[in-house]
Amino acid sequence: MRKLVEKIVEKILAISGAMTTIVIMLVVIFLFKEGFGLFNSPVIEKGYALCVNEVNPVEHIGSAAIKKIYNQHIENWSEIGGLNEKIIPFRYDDVFQHYKEEEFGENYEKLPEKLGEVIAGSPGILAFIPEEYLPKNVKGVKILDGNTINPNDFFLGVEWIPTSTPAPQFGVLPLILGTLWVSLVAILIATPLGMGVAIYLSELAQGKVRDILKPAIELLAGIPSVVYGFFGLVVLVPLVQKTFSLSVGETAFTGSVILAIMALPTIITVAEDAMRSTPRAMREASLALGATHWQTIYKVVIPYAASGISAAVVLGIGRAIGETMVALMVTGNAAIIPKTLFSPVRTIPATIAAELGEAPHGGVHYQALFVLGCVLFLITLVISITAELISKRQHNKGL
Amino acid sequence: MSKKLSQQIAFWIFRILGVFVVGILLWILGFIIYNGIGVISFEFIFDAPRDGMLKGGIFPAIVGTFCLIVGSMIVAFPLGVMSAIYTNEYVRDGKISKFIRMMTNNLGSIPSIIFGLFGMALFVNTMSWGDSILAGSFTLGLLALPLVIRTTEEALRTVPDSLRVGSYALGASKLQTIRYVTLPAAFPNIVTGLILSVGRVSGETAPILFTVAAYFLPKLPSSVFDQVMALPYHLYVISTSGTNLEAARPMAYGTALVLITLVLIINFSASLIRKHFSKKLGGH
Repeated sequence: MRKLVEKIVEKILAISGAMTTIVIMLVVIFLFKEGFGLFNSPVIEKGYALCVNEVNPVEHIGSAAIKKIYNQHIENWSEIGGLNEKIIPFRYDDVFQHYKEEEFGENYEKLPEKLGEVIAGSPGILAFIPEEYLPKNVKGVKILDGNTINPNDFFLGVEWIPTSTPAPQFGVLPLILGTLWVSLVAILIATPLGMGVAIYLSELAQGKVRDILKPAIELLAGIPSVVYGFFGLVVLVPLVQKTFSLSVGETAFTGSVILAIMALPTIITVAEDAMRSTPRAMREASLALGATHWQTIYKVVIPYAASGISAAVVLGIGRAIGETMVALMVTGNAAIIPKTLFSPVRTIPATIAAELGEAPHGGVHYQALFVLGCVLFLITLVISITAELISKRQHNKGL
Repeated sequence: MSKKLSQQIAFWIFRILGVFVVGILLWILGFIIYNGIGVISFEFIFDAPRDGMLKGGIFPAIVGTFCLIVGSMIVAFPLGVMSAIYTNEYVRDGKISKFIRMMTNNLGSIPSIIFGLFGMALFVNTMSWGDSILAGSFTLGLLALPLVIRTTEEALRTVPDSLRVGSYALGASKLQTIRYVTLPAAFPNIVTGLILSVGRVSGETAPILFTVAAYFLPKLPSSVFDQVMALPYHLYVISTSGTNLEAARPMAYGTALVLITLVLIINFSASLIRKHFSKKLGGH
């Protein structure tokens, strides 16, 4: 009987272990599953289709190219791999300039036919037409129905404008650069600060000072990110605006400063642990050779703890990259490739948080946000694996 | 420059940095307390927001956060503690425990907004629970899971093996050893870890954005399928959206103060428990 109970309990515990693992896999699977459809979705707005003249050899037009065509930045088919023919961008309501109102019939039942005539008659046309009026099976018309978003549009695109018509722009480059930009500057600010405090804590601080500093750092780590965001919004944003006389205070720099404060506890704790693990014998050998305490710190302790310190920095970057609320509240949220520290930027997590509420479930925008989530997930995964590898080196040294 | 002088300079820099970090903390806390303390009143804590959230209180948000804390812990505690017992007591150095540990480590490094995405996709849409306490609790519970597992594992690891071996030597079985020796010895540290994860969960905003949080909902929830307001989300909303941000500032300061106080009390009680029990254990 007792044996049986033992067995049952062990199985239950094993199942909970397995469930944990399954849950983690589910997170990843769902992320990719929801986003996967993006690259099978049409480039242009839902409910519309693109048509060209039959003689036109072009089969695929990227979303960025479509936007440029309708803004008249691309004017010739030869620029996107077609014939040397001027592009005539055409929206379906332009058809009313070609025909009289009564020619479409009472319920506009002849609209597709007339649209077909226009397209067939113009070799350079690029027509943007609602699916219900699509001129199907009309001679001289080619419907570009295989025109789906390709990874180049997404990963190399330089514009993120999900509401743009006729083709929404899902270029992720400004968001990735914005995220890295804010996080790297944050880490540049936090590393020297955090290192200094870590050295102080592990090498210099006496019992009482430690008893104040340690809990203070823990408190700093415990403050919710939305409070940091709020503090940044009401204190730092006006301060940055005034100090650097900018038109808006919501900049990459403002975000970096707050993120740096948030990354400090991680950096300090991990780096201090690494420094404390320096064997006493090594310190004493250095001191015995006549080195001062400071020389011992930077010639013995810091080199010994180097991998632990790097792990601290990498973990700090990871913390900053994934932070949502601060980025959402103080970085200005402009999806442009950042040129200076003082321009507004938009990070990946902030984009997801700001837009997911408006994106209809299952739509292209929704899928694009999930692919963004995958990108963010992969970035943080690489970072956490890097940190783990580095700190493993530190542990091996300890043996 | 002499060795002594450069040492003096370096050490002073480190001391100043130490003071600087404490200064930042005091600045943030002081700022919120100074601006928020005047707003706190009986009405602010126990009343619903009124007049475009410019007046009234934050009671629904406090209740909502409380519901989410309880809900997420119901999800995370049993699962987390049981898998930690399994990996630490049954398969400690095996491949399975290494694998589970690797997975939880990775789960722990996933940004909170990803949990929001996942929670929306699975709980809100696929399971069609809608925006609800249930969906929010599961999302936050998953977020807390790695923390619960890690702290429980650490707590179990601090129990010396001699205790376990002693128990076996007296003829106790594995389960009896866990039940009567290991768990009681690790208990204070497990509780500390659990409280810390409550602290983490109570301040999270990103995971609840699309799974449970309501912009304005003065009514208190009546079932787990209701939406609720939550303190962190409320702070985000009244400080960033609305027609009159300046007029909403006092409410925002008050909310921030309540949120910080809540989180600090939770974290503080965790460290009190740890201190209390470590003294007790040390006294034996």
